[in-house]
Amino acid sequence: MNVELDCQGMVCPLPVIKLAKALPTVAVGETVTVLADDPAAAVDIPAWCRMRSQELVEATGKSYVVRRVS
Amino acid sequence: MLLSAVDSGWADPVRLHHEGRTARLLLDNARAVLADAIGVRPDELYLTTSGTTAIQAGLSAVRAARERVGRPVVHTAVEHSAVLHSAGDEGLEVGVDIRGRVDQEAFADAVRRPGVAVAAVQSANHEVGTRQPIAAIAEACGDVPLFVDASASIGHDVVPEGWSVLAASGHKWGGPAGVGLLAVRKGTRIAPAWPMDEREDGLSPGFPDVPNALAAAAALQARLGEAEELNKQHRAWIDEVRRRVPADVPDVEVVGDPDDRLPHILTFSCLYVDGEALVTALDAEGFAVSSGSACTSSTLKPSHVLAAMGVLTHGNVRVSLSRETTYEDVDRFCQVLPGIVQRIRAEVGM
Repeated sequence: MNVELDCQGMVCPLPVIKLAKALPTVAVGETVTVLADDPAAAVDIPAWCRMRSQELVEATGKSYVVRRVS
Repeated sequence: MLLSAVDSGWADPVRLHHEGRTARLLLDNARAVLADAIGVRPDELYLTTSGTTAIQAGLSAVRAARERVGRPVVHTAVEHSAVLHSAGDEGLEVGVDIRGRVDQEAFADAVRRPGVAVAAVQSANHEVGTRQPIAAIAEACGDVPLFVDASASIGHDVVPEGWSVLAASGHKWGGPAGVGLLAVRKGTRIAPAWPMDEREDGLSPGFPDVPNALAAAAALQARLGEAEELNKQHRAWIDEVRRRVPADVPDVEVVGDPDDRLPHILTFSCLYVDGEALVTALDAEGFAVSSGSACTSSTLKPSHVLAAMGVLTHGNVRVSLSRETTYEDVDRFCQVLPGIVQRIRAEVGM
């Protein structure tokens, strides 16, 4: 299962908050895709994954795919 | 100091009348004090109207003199925006690690490419305090002139060596705004690329602000006089904030080098916190802090320094200590911060 979050038009820190709330709702190994056009998301989503030890599978354009590792 | 200088140094220092000669004397005195503090001869030091104009004038004048070699400016990704703006489209940007320190090998490779006009590296970062290895970089630069933006460090740290051109900013050591320093080592070729006049060898056109130059010199002299004790104190206090903030506030990323750094600056980011709300709440408690978060900038883009380091940009706070900061301020900051962060997080259900 993959959950998709449309965070377009939202500014920091909202996309990261949405991601943090959504990731525990998927099983370990599954992914959350965040769509975000806020320029801060390009830095903050990878930084959140590093701080939380979750896997950033892909970051292309405004789409960020994060896999729940733990 | 400033007020008496306004009374006696108001005239134009290039005029031959008594008042002009008095202003000239005061300007010469200010230059001598500032040059001594930077470690250059007075005729190697130019006064500009801000740190930004010193950076712009210095970089563009060196670049113009090396036009036949090429135009690219090699610089780190965490330089002050005045360096990035001056380098422009022909800048060759070199990345930094997560602590903000430049990749020395990549920098050396970039400088060795044919056609590089000038290399630009800051002595230490103005947002996160991380020092750059100027001596090693100077060695790697070889014949390419090295421009060092020392705005964040002058008055707070030793003056680096090995550069051809150095820029600094008066308000960063507690002097007035509107005074920049541009030191150009003898033998460095410069060619100001704008309409020149007889002032400052063409590097800073227009009637100089003699009273403020004098005030900046007095402030630097005073700052250096107490530097040993003050820097030691600031280092210890920042160490304490570095320790207490992540201990008392969950999910905080303290950034920058913990040891090889300026003594008076600390930057951290609080997960799930709106930077603007945090700055506003701290202001209400009497703390004037900066932020690199996108929501606090006019462009709505996060700090390019934090972005280059790959660290969290939202909920960002930069604390800078001045000579007037007391331990009680530092302690109270550490005490009020956890409650403020908790309240802002609660508003968004975190």
